[in-house]
Amino acid sequence: MTGYVYPNEIEVNWGLFIVLYPYITGLVAGAFIVSSLYHVFGKEDLKPVSRLSLVSALAYLMVAPLPLLLHLGQPLRAFNILWTPNPNSAMAGFGYIYSFYMIVVLLEVWFIFREDLVHYADNSTGVTRFGYRMLTLGARDISPPTLAMDHKIVTVLAMIGIPSAAFLHGYVGFIFGAIKANALWSTPLQPVIFLMSAVVSGIALQILIYAAACKFRKRRIDMACLKTLNKFLWAFLIVDVLLEELDLLQKAYEAREAWPAIHTLFEEAIPLTHFTQIWIGAFIPIVLLIIARWDRVSNAAQRLLTIMSSAMVVIGVFAMRFNVVIGGQMISKSNVGLTSFQAHLVADEGIIPTVGILVLPLIILVVLIRILPPWLEGEAAMTGDH
Amino acid sequence: MGKQITRRDFLKAGGQILAGGIFFSAVSMVIPRVAGSADGDIVNSKWQQTWAKQTWGFVVDTEKCIGCGMCVKACKEENGVPMDEEVFRTWVERYVMAAGGQTHIDSPNGGLDFNAITIDNAKKSFFVPKLCNQCDNPPCTKVCPVGATYKTGDGVVLVDGERCIGCRYCIQACPYGARFLHPQKKTADKCTWCYHRITKGLLPACVQVCPTGARIFANLQTPGNPVSRLLETKRVDVLKPALGTEPMVYYMGLDKVVV
Repeated sequence: MTGYVYPNEIEVNWGLFIVLYPYITGLVAGAFIVSSLYHVFGKEDLKPVSRLSLVSALAYLMVAPLPLLLHLGQPLRAFNILWTPNPNSAMAGFGYIYSFYMIVVLLEVWFIFREDLVHYADNSTGVTRFGYRMLTLGARDISPPTLAMDHKIVTVLAMIGIPSAAFLHGYVGFIFGAIKANALWSTPLQPVIFLMSAVVSGIALQILIYAAACKFRKRRIDMACLKTLNKFLWAFLIVDVLLEELDLLQKAYEAREAWPAIHTLFEEAIPLTHFTQIWIGAFIPIVLLIIARWDRVSNAAQRLLTIMSSAMVVIGVFAMRFNVVIGGQMISKSNVGLTSFQAHLVADEGIIPTVGILVLPLIILVVLIRILPPWLEGEAAMTGDH
Repeated sequence: MGKQITRRDFLKAGGQILAGGIFFSAVSMVIPRVAGSADGDIVNSKWQQTWAKQTWGFVVDTEKCIGCGMCVKACKEENGVPMDEEVFRTWVERYVMAAGGQTHIDSPNGGLDFNAITIDNAKKSFFVPKLCNQCDNPPCTKVCPVGATYKTGDGVVLVDGERCIGCRYCIQACPYGARFLHPQKKTADKCTWCYHRITKGLLPACVQVCPTGARIFANLQTPGNPVSRLLETKRVDVLKPALGTEPMVYYMGLDKVVV
């Protein structure tokens, strides 16, 4: 603790779980957008990850409310947000926006996998057969016209899904950006910054999940797909960094009363995570991603650089969420002091449960992939030439 | 082989279930509102009459505060705020300004534990008691997702401890650091100007115990009350006026270094 902080500010109120909240919803929004790039915008290159990314979005979406719920002082009253919402509160929208988005994603998953479900049900026995039959919801007609209809519905759902994903996450940015009491949070750029970093983290995560899936299944990574993901990641990353730096530059240039505190925060209180956000999460990957698209670099190096950059971006975006959520609270509203943040191991939204919540979507993803294999026919098997 | 269900049948059945669901939830939403509204009106009109007779005024005269911390202690005892936890409905800040322009600010344990300090070249020093400003345009009530915190008809911002979900958004929104999560109740808590006392004609606990009269409170509708007299004749200021929160606690003798 340095300078003077108000006595009620000694404890940071929003801990690591609230760092997870924008992080996980961001991954959802990003993963969904990857899937939509194929389904809506017809990016054929992205076909190999189109279904995988949709299932990933679902896995992360299932976990998104968990850290929020565990953070509440009165978790049993959580549903009050749905039953008695305050229309003036940005946070009151969470339940509705989340539910709506969940319905869109579930419907899209169902329509995309319906044909598969019917096949699985026909080709299995016993409990498995019963399970898949339940999942088809009785719609077992897979004649060409119905499948064509399915396809149309998927396109419409993805079209609804894109603005929903953007809204789901842009709105999280608004929750922070519209707090005038907090000098670091309060900026109209916040929703856009959150949205861009969400897309960035989602694409990077998708590259990692795709690479891991190929590794486990001994399949070759589709280079056209990887390069397209690389390009999108790079482009969104540049916009994201530009906005983040613009916000900081303006705060520094205007030099309002809170600027000395913000400056001290980055320089002295959270230099490590700030460095991670800017360098590990943005500047270095921006360079590596360009190199990874260079034709004179071998395929193996292209793969390695793209995957490495993605891992760095995923870590960098987590650091950014930390810097915003925790960093913003460390600046005392007195503007003349910084409070300290001590992460516990277990208690009070500790590190171990936080890691647990971060791993949970991956476990759910593995289970979902077992039930709904998102792989496509005709993928190249791993051979010795790479 | 059983009857094949076509898409049309499926959508039809789905549509019927959906329509039924919407109808049922619509009905269930209307019923409690109708049943409860009569009670609500009676309660409302009772409070409307009470509120019409009350306009509160709170003035802090920083020139008179001696930093004894009696107000902080009385407040905690009166309002069930744990004495040994670092959470406060009211607190007292100490400002010591040195000749070189350096300002030392502290509030050890909210002002309960002031000890003598030595500051080189100290020139000017004073205390500033702080409490909820009961803003006329409160940022805290706006953000509450469940409407658990609200402004009463006589202008006091309260928290409904049975409705609050403990999300702490209101704590983030308050620019004055006046809110905290009650360590035992796990709901948001803050100064209410001792609403349970003032509505019975008593003074807030902090005002009651202040030995020097640094805290002055009154119903502005009472003829000849001390607060109206001060507001009409003295120069007063509020904290962080630029934020547009319209604070209702008025300060006398503020300094530019007060945060």
